[in-house]
Parts: sequence; structure tokens; C-alpha cells
Amino acid sequence: MSVAERYEPNAGAEADAEEARRLRETWKSRSGLIGFLTETNHKKIAARYLVTAFVFFILGGLEAFVMRLQLARPEAHVVGPDLYNQIFTVHGSTMMFLFGVPVMEAVGIYLVPLMIGTRNMAFPRLNAYSWYVYLIGGLLLYGAFFLNTGPDAGWFCYVPLAGPEYGPGKRVDVWAQLVTFTELAGLAAAVNQVATILKMRAPGMSLSRMPLFVWATLVASVMTIFAMPAVMAASSLLALDRLVATHFFNPAEGGDALLWQHLFWFFGHPEVYIIFIPALGMVSAILPAFTRRPVFGYNAMVLSIVATGFIGFGLWVHHMFATGLPQLGQSFFTAASMMIAIPSGVQIFCWLATLWSGRLRFAPPLLYVLGFVFIFVLGGLTGVMVASVPLDFQLHDTFFVVAHFHYVLIGGAVFPLLGAIYFWFPKMTGRRMFDRLGKWSFWITFVGFNLTFFPMHQLGLQGMPRRIYTYRAETGWGDLNLLATAGAVILALGLLLYLINVLSSWRGGALAGNDPWGAEGLEWSTTSPPPIYNYQHLPTVSGRAPLWEQGDDQPVVVGLRTDRREFLATRLIDAEPDHRDTLPDDAWAPLATAIATAVTFIGVIFTPWALPAGMILTTIALVGWFWPKRDRPRDWMEEQP
Amino acid sequence: MRGLHSALDAAGPQAGRIEDLWWIFFSVCTVVFLLVLTALLAAVLHSRREKERHRLPGPERNLTRAVGGATAVTVILLLGLLIASVTTGRAVGSPAPSNSLTLEVVGHQWWWEIHYEDPLPSRRFTTANEIHIPVGLPIRIKTRSSDVIHSFWVPSLHGKRDLIPGYPTETWLQADRPGVFRGQCAEFCGAQHANMALVVVAEPPAEFAAWRSAQLQTPPPPATALQQRGQAVFLAMPCPACHTIAGTSAGGRIGPDLTHLASRSTLAAGTLPNTTGHLAGWILDPQTQKPGNQMPAIALQADDLQALLAYLESLR
Amino acid sequence: MRRDRFDQRLTIVLLVLLALAGCKREERRFRSSPAADARPGVVRVGELQPGPPTPGLVVANPFIKNAPAIADGQRLYTQMNCAGCHFHGGGGIGPPLMDDQWIYGSDPENIFSTIVEGRPNGMPSYRARLTDDQVWKIVAYVQSLGGLPDQSALPGRPDHLRAKDEGVPHYPTPPRSAPAEHP
Repeated sequence: MSVAERYEPNAGAEADAEEARRLRETWKSRSGLIGFLTETNHKKIAARYLVTAFVFFILGGLEAFVMRLQLARPEAHVVGPDLYNQIFTVHGSTMMFLFGVPVMEAVGIYLVPLMIGTRNMAFPRLNAYSWYVYLIGGLLLYGAFFLNTGPDAGWFCYVPLAGPEYGPGKRVDVWAQLVTFTELAGLAAAVNQVATILKMRAPGMSLSRMPLFVWATLVASVMTIFAMPAVMAASSLLALDRLVATHFFNPAEGGDALLWQHLFWFFGHPEVYIIFIPALGMVSAILPAFTRRPVFGYNAMVLSIVATGFIGFGLWVHHMFATGLPQLGQSFFTAASMMIAIPSGVQIFCWLATLWSGRLRFAPPLLYVLGFVFIFVLGGLTGVMVASVPLDFQLHDTFFVVAHFHYVLIGGAVFPLLGAIYFWFPKMTGRRMFDRLGKWSFWITFVGFNLTFFPMHQLGLQGMPRRIYTYRAETGWGDLNLLATAGAVILALGLLLYLINVLSSWRGGALAGNDPWGAEGLEWSTTSPPPIYNYQHLPTVSGRAPLWEQGDDQPVVVGLRTDRREFLATRLIDAEPDHRDTLPDDAWAPLATAIATAVTFIGVIFTPWALPAGMILTTIALVGWFWPKRDRPRDWMEEQP
Repeated sequence: MRGLHSALDAAGPQAGRIEDLWWIFFSVCTVVFLLVLTALLAAVLHSRREKERHRLPGPERNLTRAVGGATAVTVILLLGLLIASVTTGRAVGSPAPSNSLTLEVVGHQWWWEIHYEDPLPSRRFTTANEIHIPVGLPIRIKTRSSDVIHSFWVPSLHGKRDLIPGYPTETWLQADRPGVFRGQCAEFCGAQHANMALVVVAEPPAEFAAWRSAQLQTPPPPATALQQRGQAVFLAMPCPACHTIAGTSAGGRIGPDLTHLASRSTLAAGTLPNTTGHLAGWILDPQTQKPGNQMPAIALQADDLQALLAYLESLR
Repeated sequence: MRRDRFDQRLTIVLLVLLALAGCKREERRFRSSPAADARPGVVRVGELQPGPPTPGLVVANPFIKNAPAIADGQRLYTQMNCAGCHFHGGGGIGPPLMDDQWIYGSDPENIFSTIVEGRPNGMPSYRARLTDDQVWKIVAYVQSLGGLPDQSALPGRPDHLRAKDEGVPHYPTPPRSAPAEHP
């Protein structure tokens, strides 16, 4: 049977409506609480992910605000040392584990199936499971924090301070399990993305026609798969040291305190690229609509993203330059850390070329992209500075580094994210965000951000270390700290305005059609918001900018069943149709397995017996998950003559 | 950018080399940033900003050349910075010269134990939180930690070196001019990481020699009756469990050595200035000044306290 | 809206359940009065009493469920060289502390007065060398050796434990091996 028949627009509106009705019946979720708990649709799960991630962003921001209040004046008494240490640890852990990675994954979970022209992700139940596990991890951290058991050894939790002797109580154990939960969730989402991107693209969407955002998501997901196990190993070894008196990190018994740093940073450095690379994809997705041309240099962009992903795994020792490791080895990591600026630079240059040769439209998404270029390039350059070993001897563990990573993370990830939300908000909700408010919130955020974090470069050079809850007046750090706190107020205002924009335009914004921006991606060809089944007729593509290059005669996929959740799997490189298969219905299994996982890993904080008990529960849940359903044969496509 | 503790106020050769490297990096990065900003601004201003239909450009040779050129320039600049970095690294990381004075710095939660080493055992001594060095002489610093990871950092003199349990390392620094340089622990080490500072006093060789011989001497027996009473109070209170005062029976090694307490400019690792009032407040209630540190509050009657203060202040 | 309320209630219930366990264990009390009020009065060392037995005045250990305090007790145990005689609870020159044989009584106030007053045949008196809070912390640690307090407040293994040199104090820690390479 031929898959790509020509779609006859006048085949009959009634047949069309009937097909839509059947698709809706097949793909819709159940209603009420049961529907919520058994949900497997990627758009709904992505929406939850986004809301959850932004709640954590706000919480992390409040923690940052308290820190700024405490540091605004020397020897202030806003919070004491114990609470401050918990606050900065929870702030870092929240932003990195509970916001940074999940929010990027959320955007990917929402957009990738739409961008590649399919109906859902490859493993819908795994998608739901990953959100549950992520949520439980976040609740664990904040529940513990509100019970005075928030971790207090820094977001990277160096031993021996985090070890059994110097980290009494359960605080660090909570951190270790937070890492387990979030890394498990991240891994699940990453595996899901890789499978979806490689096997479910629209026919004709070969790898070289894949949108740059999808490339970025693919690279970040592959990086996640390699990086997360390292931190899982590290946190498990730490948990073992603390719970059952092993000696992995105990120098007195042949263990090694530096081992922790290697294991952690082998994950920790790729982690920041896992956060940052999807943001690069967002920039590449936003620019075409506002420059009226595709991004310049597609091949260079793809190669740069892939190169960044690879090189990102070879940098981790630059977090350890002050430990006294041999200089020759350290210099290798200097070279790699500088080298990674090259693919990032190529991307910046290609975007500049796109801007130069485009016809700019100054809507807020473009403003956020411009802000991103400014802030990220500055942050990247300070990154080149701290990549140098002797410079890092002075700058390591000071506020200079705090400034650097906030520049690259807020500039490099949050600004594109804010622009992306603005850009895709109409697609998600069917309404546009307010333009005036959007521009105001951008400028206030931009100014506030720079006022907050630029002075920190100077503070670091003037000898202010990180993670201090107070400082003496004689150090002379008071004035710049006060300026930074003032900037934080402005930054908070800018972000608040953005939030107000989102909340008020949700119901009150102007109605958006399918394609309010005149953009080029596949997702703009369906309604806003998309139907639960994404596309009534799954598209095919014949170019990189489908909506710009293709005419009304572009074939669509027909022949998939509408009484089961069928999808089309295509081949890896050229996206030739391969076979069709069925996605599972909504299920309780993800929630049940997540609860079993939660019992295991939260129990382990208190007793090692939780591990075998939890394993048994998890096995039962997984048996339920994989219990075979009615046999559904796969229909292999015949070769086209 | 002047101050007691700025990386851009170098007072020694290592910090000086690093500061030079900083200016090289700063200049190159500033120029690059300005170029990128200019390109961005030019791109924004150059655009016609008309709402136009999208276009699908063909091969854009000029842009390709521009991007390629910019990439090449990036690679060359990075290579240059790399060479500068490695060269400076080798200069500041070279082993200590043979004529150096050797110190051992041991990190504790939340104070610095300092041993002045010497081939002759009778010329070795221990102090805490304050280092004196002669100007112009290289100082070899052996680093060790007794509990968690700390980081020894005196920005005006050199970059930092982590003190990691199980990983003793060495670094060296030198002061080229006299002055008082402040340092601070630069690796999060627990509740009072913020209050773990140290003072490095660089002084002319003659003054250093005088300081050193004073440190080597055992304090004489207390002269006045008040001081004698103070010494008795000291020995009767929990103090000797943790502190050492040479020449007395107090030999505790858990807390800082107090033998020459009055010669130091700060108390509690830079947390308080060393004055009578602060010392009294510290003894009576250390937990308010430095909450979470290991020194317990010592309950004293008023005249016992006065006697103790008189005694401690005689320990020069 | 139904979902939101369900989530909220569930969260509150979970938090309340955890609340009972969490707070005391993690409390880090930095300021404590140096007064001697915490010393128990007359402490009974033997169990015999004439006439009908009267209950003793039980002085509770303020740190018994507090993890940082027990960890401090562990630190003080090493610093005061308790391990020199009692090793790490197994006993040597002094009696073991891990078992349930207590010569002078196992109540917290008995242990407290043992430490403060000393005992015949070799237990030194630490009255002059430790403040009351410090002694209570050591008492809490000693109690934890016998598995007495809240399981979740037990301290972890010390980082200085060396299997070969049982009982030898390890402060300061000697370097483990040759120093790292040239900086």
C-alpha cells in the first residue's frame, strides 16, 4: 500500500471531520483525576514539566534573593550560617537539577514530536514516569528543606565535608537521593528523546533536514545518557559511605577525597552543556521567523552542536585546577576548555550572519536572542579566562566564577528559554503574549541581570570567595554587594513582569492562528493549540524549512489506523518509512513504578533495607508495566517500486 | 583596585605574573567582545526591518568567508591565549627555590595551624592564623588538612591551593614589598567557612628575624600577681584541653596554639581584632561571634576574667 | 481545580508526617548557656534502696536525638582520647561502651557523672576540662554506641578510623603517602 498518497483537499469535509473525531477518540486522555494520573500525552506531560520547573525556578530565585539580602551589607543578620549554607546549596541544586535540565527537557518533550511530524513520543509511559520521579525528587528536597534537613554542603557536595563524619544528620543523604531521582528522570527523558528523534521523524526528514532544535535536543539527550550514570555512581558511593560505612572517600582507609571530584565533575561539566545546548537550539528555532530567512550555515551549526557535545566531556578537570594535580595534565584541560569556545563561536558567527542578512522584526523573542548574544558572549569570554590554569588559581571559588556561570547559564540558557516560551506560547495556548509587557520585561530583566552579576567579577578579583554567609566591613566588598542586591531587585521585577505576562495572556491574550509569526517549522502547520493527536494528516517534508519551501501539494501520510494509537516509524538517516506500530494507551504503570522508586530511594536515606524492599516493589510495578497486551502485529511497508 | 587582598594588587612574583596574564586576557577578551557587539549592532541597524516574505537564500559566499575568517581569528587568538597561559603556569608553578623558608599550613575547621620548619629542631615553632615572612625570600608552603577540604589563598601573593585530606601538596610564594596581606579560606568547609581568614605580614628581614626569635622563646613566668592569677585561671578552666601555651602544662593540640597570642593582630582566624574587649567577648561567648565553631563558652567570674585577660595579653 | 487541591492535601499530609521526625534531629544549636545548671544533682550509682523503691530523678540528655550533637560527641571522644582506653567502644584498658554492662549505671546522668567525676581504677575526671554541653554530647555519643538513641541520628563512621591502629588517637593525621607532584 502506498503510504504517501496525494491528499485531495476536496475529498469531502465530512470524511475529514469524521476522521478527526475518530483520532480524537483514540488519542484522548481519560478525564478527571484518573485521567491526570494516567496521562501519557507528550503535550500534557510537557506542560506539567514546565509548570513544575518554573515553580522550582521561582523557589530557587527566592533563595537567591535571601542570599542577596544577607550579603548586601557586611555582617548582616538576615539569616545565620546554618540556614545560609542550606539556602545556597538548595539554590544551586534547585537551579541545576530541578530547573535547568528539566525545563529544557520539557520544551523538547513538547516540541519534538510536533517538529518531526508525529503524534507522541516513542515511550509515552516512560515520559509520564520521568515526570513523576522528577516531581518526587523535588518534593523530597523541599520537604527536607522545610524540615531543617536541607542539604548544606554545596550543590556539588565535596567530601569529606559531605561525608559521614563532617556531614552529620540526613541532609547530605537527601541531596544524594535528590540526585538519584532527578538523574533517573533525566535519563528516562533522554532515552525517550533519542528514540523518538531517530525513529519517528516524518518521511523525508532526513538527518540533514532536521530542525536545529531537534539536533540540539538529540545531542543533549545523548550527553545525558553518558553523563548521568557518573553522578549516579558518585551519589551512590557517597550514600554507601554515609549509610553502611564504606570507605570510598576516606583517605585514612585507602579511599580518595579527590575521587568524588572527578566522578562528580565528569557529570557536572557535561551537565551545564546539557542545559545550554537545547537553548542554542531554541535560538536557531526563533531566529528564522524574526529574520525572515533560515539560519545561516546549517551544516556548520550541526557540526558545532555535535562538537560541543563531544568536547564537553573532556573539560571536567578545570573545576579542579586548585587541587595540586600535575600541571601538564591540567594544561590539557585548559586547551580543551578553550577549544570548546570554537564551536560556540562558530554558532555565534552564523547567527550574526543570519541577523546581518535578515529583515529583522523586533518582537520580544528576537530581543531575548539579542540579549542572549550579549550576555552569553561575555560569559563565554570569562570562561576562557577561568580556563587558564594560573588565572584560575586566583579566580577559582570566588565570585568571579559565580559571575561567569550566571552569565553563561542565565544568558545562555534562561534568556533563550524566555524567548522560546514567548515564541511558542501561541502554539501551546492559542493566544499571544502581550507585546508591550514583553518588551518591558525583557529590558528590565536585561538591565537587572547585568547590574546583579557584573559587579561580581570585580568582587572575585578583590578576593571575595564563594559560599560565605557574611564578610567583614574592612574587606571593602560592601558597596559592590549592595549594588548587586539592588540589581537583583530589578532582575526579580523583570521576571515577575514576564510571569504576569504569561498568566494574564493565558486567558486574555489575542487569539493566535496556526502560524502567528510566519515561521518555517512543521509545528506551525497545525492548529494552536494542536489537537491531542498533533496532526490530522501526518506530514512529510522535502526541505529544511517545510512551511517556506513546500507547497500545498506536499504529500501527507495516509493509511494509519485511527482506532488504535498508530504511528509511523521511519529509518534513521533518510527517514524512509519503515514500519508502523502502536503506542500504548494511558496507564497506571508509570505512577505505580514511580511510587515504588520513591519508596526505594527515600527509604534508603534511613535504612539500607529499603533497597531490597524497594526492589521487590519496583519489580512488581515493572511486571505490571510490561505485561503483554493483545498481540499487535507490525505492518511492514512494502518497498516502493 | 587597591586593597589588602586583591588579585590585581600583586605584591609578589607569582601574583604579579598572574596579574600580567590577567591583563593580557582582559584586553583580548574586551576587544573580542566589543567586536562581537559591534557586529551585533551593525546587523541590527543594517537590517531593513520591513515585514517581508521570507526568503531562501542560495550559497552566500561572502557570509561564508566572513564566518570562516572570524573562526580562524578565534582559533588563532585562543592559541595565543593558551600559550600565554601555559607559559605563565610554568613560571608560577615551578618548584620552590632551594633557599626558601618552609612552612607547613594545616587546615582545620575553622582556623589555620602553621608550623615554621627548620633543619634544627630547636628552631621550629608553631603558631596560628598569622604568618610573618621576610620580604624577598621565597616561602615554601606545604599544605595539609586535618579534616575537610580547605583552600589557602592570599590573593596579593599567589593563587590558591586546596588543602585536601590525604593529598599533601606544596606551593610557594614570595612577597616583594612589605605589607599586611589578608587571605581567606577559599573552599567551602562548613558552617564557619566565611570566618576562616588569615593574615600574612611581610616585613624587612631584620624585623622578621626579631619576630621569629620572639616566637621561638618560651614566655617568661607571669610577672604581676594579676597575671599569675590569670595563668592559674587558664590552667584550671577547660582551656588546656585544647590549647597549648609553651612553658606551662597546657599542651592541648585541638585548638590554636596560644603561646604568643598577644603578638597577633586578629582573633579566631581573622574574625575579630585582637583587643581586650574582643578577647573577653570571644572567651565568654564564642558562639555569638562565630556560631558553630568548636570553642565552648567559658563561664568566668568578672575578676577571673580580668586576670585571664591580663595573662593572655602578656603572651607576646 | 480538583487536582490542585488533592495535590495540596497530599503534600500537607506527607509533610506533617515527616515533621515529627525531622526537626529535632537536624537542629544545630550553636548557643548554649555555659551555666552549670545542666549538671544533675545527686546521682544514684547503685540500685539498692532501703524500703520501697523510689524513682530516681531522671535527667534527660538534651542531645539524645540530635545528629550534629552526637557527631560532635564523636569528635570530642577522639579529641579527649577516650579511645585511648575505651577504643572505639570495644574497650581495652577501659571497659567496653558498646555492651549493656554498666558498672556505674547506664542512665544518662550516670554516664555524665562518670565523665565529670572520674571513677576508681583509671577513669579520669573531666570536670575541669569540658563544659557541661560538651559532656552531654559525649554522653549522647556513648549512648549511641550501644544503639540507644534514634536510629536516624546515629553518626556515620569517622574519617580517621584506621583498622591497624585501633585506639591510637589520630590527631593530627599523618600524611598517607608521598606528596603530590610539583605544583
